[in-house]
Amino acid sequence: MSLPPHDLDLLHSRALRVREHIINMSTGGGCFIGASLSCADLIVYLYTSFLNISQDSFDADDRDFLLLSKGHDVPALYGTFVELGWMESVRLKNHLHTNDHIYWHPNRHIPGIEFHSGSLGHLPSVGLGIAMDNQLKGLDNRTIVITGDGELDEGSVWEAMLVASAYKLKNYTVVVDRNAFQANIETEELIPLEPLDDKFKAFGCSVRRIDGHDFVQLDEAFSALPFAEDKPSVIICDTVRGKGLPSIERRADRWFVNFSEEEIQGLHRELHGGETTTLTSETLTVR
Amino acid sequence: MMDYQQLIKETALADDRYIVMTAENRAVIRELPPLLGGRFIDTGITEQCMIGTAAGLALRGRIPICHALTTFLILRAYEFIRTDVGIANLPVKLSGFIPGVLSDGNGPTHQALEDISLMRGVPHMEVFAPADHQDMVEMLPHVWSSSAPSYVRLNTRFTDYKHEPFTPGKAEVIGLGTDVTLLVYGFLFEQALIAKQLLEGHGLSVGMINLRTLKPLDETAVLDALNDSTLTVTIEDHFQTGGLYSIVAEVLLRHQRSANVLPIAFNERWFRPALLDEVLSYEQMTGEAICQRTLDHLEKTK
Repeated sequence: MSLPPHDLDLLHSRALRVREHIINMSTGGGCFIGASLSCADLIVYLYTSFLNISQDSFDADDRDFLLLSKGHDVPALYGTFVELGWMESVRLKNHLHTNDHIYWHPNRHIPGIEFHSGSLGHLPSVGLGIAMDNQLKGLDNRTIVITGDGELDEGSVWEAMLVASAYKLKNYTVVVDRNAFQANIETEELIPLEPLDDKFKAFGCSVRRIDGHDFVQLDEAFSALPFAEDKPSVIICDTVRGKGLPSIERRADRWFVNFSEEEIQGLHRELHGGETTTLTSETLTVR
Repeated sequence: MMDYQQLIKETALADDRYIVMTAENRAVIRELPPLLGGRFIDTGITEQCMIGTAAGLALRGRIPICHALTTFLILRAYEFIRTDVGIANLPVKLSGFIPGVLSDGNGPTHQALEDISLMRGVPHMEVFAPADHQDMVEMLPHVWSSSAPSYVRLNTRFTDYKHEPFTPGKAEVIGLGTDVTLLVYGFLFEQALIAKQLLEGHGLSVGMINLRTLKPLDETAVLDALNDSTLTVTIEDHFQTGGLYSIVAEVLLRHQRSANVLPIAFNERWFRPALLDEVLSYEQMTGEAICQRTLDHLEKTK
């Protein structure tokens, strides 16, 4: 089964608009742009083509659930909500203002957000509870938890994988946004994670690894869920931090940014194929 | 009277919203797994995961009762309690086993002496400390049917005392006195009762209050005690910081009052591990020792 051309066009155009929203949130206080751009395609794919969630079904027992555990990539989620018509785009201008609840991490004041995150390693367990409730009710709906890769340092992630395996939660899926950075450090230089597939397999999960920016690969992997009838599934999405903006792609120092208006304009042009932007705003370097 | 395990069983069998969870501390709930089937969830020795999972279940309308040894339940998983249960204000019911001196011979790794302090610091969290088994059994149905997150300092010890029925938000007034009032919660209730009788034998008028609920506090009962007695004694198997002594200090400050208050608690230290009776003797927390410490303090502050 493959995505029809019409769907692919929609995914590409929607992902482009979500990236525009992310760029727009990268000023006036800024945001974690790199991690937002790395998972933008994944989030757009899930809400457009995979998840059984709509504004009318938030209260339904048998809908799907998506939890964003890495949290600081929430601009990608809010941008997607705007494109789905769940949130008015003007609200994104309220980013970091007290007249709204749009800040650096997700929270349940925003319809569509399942649970707050920000402290890493929590939502694999919260998602486990949701998946267990679904299993108890005999439902076949899916619980998807998106984690970062740096987040995998947290032991609580691995506790959740052990327990999900023990309870054979086949409709529980952890998706890793493997952009290879944590803050402005490469994961493999700090606490190496590879071979990551083998680690999840050793914890009793059925694992696939794909290019997290390729909608066809995303669709092939998610359409194949559950990968096993008696195991939780894991999809490792190899991604590029800052994807779509060559001037910040894989740039360790451009994880959290607070751009000037001029830089924002340049990045919009760059997103649409223009020249690489010269970025002069201060970088945040911790190592 | 039903015991703790029977009470959980009856509650869970009558209402399928209840889920019984543990982090592999099954000793006093060991008969429940076959009775509750899928609604008994043992996550193994993973307190953080258990609390996060409980939050997810509560998000879907379930009421998880999380039973584990207190130190690991609230200390290992503290940030999960605060962040997943507290921020979301979910009805997760924490049941802490062997709190305070009830960890007797285990040693300081198992001594939960900061549980009241930490749990009352979580917004929305209700905090309960039954005086004995009967007090606990009276209290738990109210605790579990509330929509708030809660922590109960479990106490499965039997005493002969016949308690009044539990009323949410109300302390149990054991007696009123003009010389001394003993404020106590949890396991040391029985020793406080002995101390009360001994002090009365010395001709003193002695009041006593079983706090039962540390949060929300029955502030009227505490203020009445402070107003009516020359000396108030706070008795707790808890660190002196953050527990009842601190709570009383906060009440006094809020009402711009001062008072003569003697704290009986562990001041900046863990207790000497041993069998329970020896712990009480060594730490001067028997009824006799509490009486003597009170008399000494009265003499010193005369």
